Amino acid sequence: MNTAPLLQVQDLRVDFTQGQGKVFQALKGVSLSIHPGETVGLVGESGSGKTTLGRVILGLTEATQGQILFDGEDITHASRARRRTLGRDIQVVFQDPYGSLNPARTVGDTLAEPLLSDKSLRTQDIAQRIAEVLQRVGMPADTAQRYPGQFSGGQRQRIAIARAVIAKPRLIVCDEPVSALDLSVQAQVLNLLKELQQSMGLAMLFISHDLTVVRHVSHRTVVLYRGDIVEQGDAAQVHEHPQHPYTRALLAAAPVPDPLIQRERRAQFDLARQALAAVT
Amino acid sequence: MSAAATQTPNASFVRRLLSRPLAVVALLWLVLLLVLSIGAPVFAPLDPLEQDLLALKQLPSAEHWLGTDALGRDVFSRMVHGVSLTIAGVIEAVVMASLLGLSLGVSAGYFGGLWDRCVQQYVSLVQSLPTMLIMLAVLAVFGQAMLPAMVTLGVMGSAGVSRVLRSVTLAVREELYIAAARISGLSDAHIILRHVLPRIAGPVIVQMSLFAAIAVIVQTGISFLGLGVAPPAPTWGSMIFEASASLNDFPWLLVPSGGVVALTVLSFGLLGDSLRDASTESWSRPAVRQSVKARQAIQPKDLPEGCLLSLRDVTIVTGTGSATRTLVQGVNLDLKQGETLGIVGESGSGKTLTSLSLMGLLPPGVHVSTGTAVINGEVIDLSNEKRLTQLRGATVGMIFQEPMAALDPCFTIGHQLAEVIRLQGLGATQVQAKVMELLEQVKIPNPQDVAKRYPHQISGGMARALASEPRILLADEPTTALDVTVQAEILALLRSLSQSRQMAVVLVTHDWGVVADICDRAMVLRHGQVLESATVVDLFHRPQHPYTQALLAANPHSAKPGDVLPTVDDKLMNITGVAT
Repeated sequence: MNTAPLLQVQDLRVDFTQGQGKVFQALKGVSLSIHPGETVGLVGESGSGKTTLGRVILGLTEATQGQILFDGEDITHASRARRRTLGRDIQVVFQDPYGSLNPARTVGDTLAEPLLSDKSLRTQDIAQRIAEVLQRVGMPADTAQRYPGQFSGGQRQRIAIARAVIAKPRLIVCDEPVSALDLSVQAQVLNLLKELQQSMGLAMLFISHDLTVVRHVSHRTVVLYRGDIVEQGDAAQVHEHPQHPYTRALLAAAPVPDPLIQRERRAQFDLARQALAAVT
Repeated sequence: MSAAATQTPNASFVRRLLSRPLAVVALLWLVLLLVLSIGAPVFAPLDPLEQDLLALKQLPSAEHWLGTDALGRDVFSRMVHGVSLTIAGVIEAVVMASLLGLSLGVSAGYFGGLWDRCVQQYVSLVQSLPTMLIMLAVLAVFGQAMLPAMVTLGVMGSAGVSRVLRSVTLAVREELYIAAARISGLSDAHIILRHVLPRIAGPVIVQMSLFAAIAVIVQTGISFLGLGVAPPAPTWGSMIFEASASLNDFPWLLVPSGGVVALTVLSFGLLGDSLRDASTESWSRPAVRQSVKARQAIQPKDLPEGCLLSLRDVTIVTGTGSATRTLVQGVNLDLKQGETLGIVGESGSGKTLTSLSLMGLLPPGVHVSTGTAVINGEVIDLSNEKRLTQLRGATVGMIFQEPMAALDPCFTIGHQLAEVIRLQGLGATQVQAKVMELLEQVKIPNPQDVAKRYPHQISGGMARALASEPRILLADEPTTALDVTVQAEILALLRSLSQSRQMAVVLVTHDWGVVADICDRAMVLRHGQVLESATVVDLFHRPQHPYTQALLAANPHSAKPGDVLPTVDDKLMNITGVAT
């Protein structure tokens, strides 16, 4: 990965005012970069600021301080007009496949949305693209005329992924994309994301609380704890040889689907937790 | 979450509305009024202004269907000709209120910020003004004109409408698909038109229907006072006024004039109610629980020794007659003291229903068709909800998935714990001491402080289930909504409690890691059937059923990072992608 980074986040700070002069620091100066074709896993627990980071990159939350560079361009405070064209380059897959599709609109209407800002496309072109992308994510051709309510959670997540890739973006922010799915469906969705990433050369920011999933999909892993990055590096390195006590506690806390190994790990977790308590 | 529930929302909405008799009657009445007003010359050929001084104050007859008034005018004809004036007034007010209310409410809710605050101030100001006085002032300025009066009513009424629509829009604005549409580069106008408006159409129609009822009354009131429309012209209000003048000697007059107003107001009101019910019905479940007659319990023959809890042949169904669907079929389980059993399955496998049936807490429309529980030696048929309710708390406790939803936000933690402990018949000081002891047991720091707090001020919610010291604890995905580090602590706590109190635990989960961590035995459920049941070591190391094998293989934990994960083929349950 010697190419220039596609996305650079530099010293990003986000404060939320909570009334009565109180300020909650969601992110306290975070820096990371994502190269083209690379998946960066962002791990943290609730309140770590991982979702906030995704929202700032997507332009849904305002940054208090710091910079976000996309392909060298500062998009931290991009205008509404610039944001609208950025929608073709930066896309999103949310956690909840039930909430992320409007139940009152057909799948076709939803899938067309990222293409609407491109005025050169005619109606037939858009229909063509929708048919292609649906085939790509393994959905039947008549999906476009149907409503989200007719599909299961896994199928809806496929549709949400189709919406994310239809405009051929360069970066996708995946915010807990498989947390709401059953294990059997999770495997299918993870495979699909992986396949799309490789064939389209996508860069991905993969936000999750599940270390196993992050280890599986990401090239590099970033660990966020209370608004700060405590550790980042090569995925194998971070998962097999964690340096920071918090990363160790997090890894030790996640139960392993093997009762014999898990029995030994419980003791590790207690030690890791004590080590973390000593640090913080 | 049911699939196909929101299929073609508009068509099913109309069908749901028309399945309500009250809505149909109300609609028919309103349509009848509309037809009468359009075809007034045909249906009521007599001139509403023509006086017949030889036929004053007559009761209904073949010539005068609803009789005549004090000046000998045909009441039916006056009533029918009055419809168009009333309807015109209502339409003016409703159009004004919906245009203004919709644009103010939706824009305030969607954009928020300074604009929202301005709109809120404006709404408060308008709502504090006396509507009737303003309307009288408008009538005084514009002379005898109904239009400005009804437009004024619309403006005054739009304040309340916009307040409701603002809050509905606020909720819709937070939906993920709005965020996704924004990221996709849609303009605000496009998002409001395509995403927000279709979602709030229900509340808009309800609001308008209720507002129309108010407009009828106000319109009648104005013409009752002789304002708005010059007197000889037929209006419902002036008819009521004339009827009230001869109330003592000819009370009949009030029946047609008052009746038509009452029926119309009632129709709009009922229609509004039905619309609201029909629009929420698809996502709110029926509140009525069918009471099932308790069956005689039969002692099972194959009970193993020393079991605290046994379930035999639990079958749970929904629907009746030919529409019956089996959700859980013939589940058996045995549980000893201090033992933890995992029920593992994916969504829709029936794992939660199985545990709820033991609590007698199945959702409405779902019931146990066969099933016997043996709890601590006592044989209970699972249809005996009364007995199960008695056992709930002291013998069988339950932890739910959502710690926030399991505790009532209106009461302090201490109060909610005391509530359960009081069932044991202890005195006030003993109860308080017990509350503290419990909070300490579940390792909550500063129990004194926590007891005084409300659920939203703390996290977790396990103490309540343990307050009554149950012998059997049902835990339905107790850690699913929690962070892994918190999950590890809760599981450790559950383990130590089950050992120290010799509590039998049934743990319902989809997470194989949790099963491996805490369970002694586990059973795999799929489509309501038990596929296999074994000790955890056997289950993980020597899974027998292909489905279990496939699920374990689909876990990214057992795959090499970056590899294609083997998936479970739903139809054939074939295992694909596994190197053999």
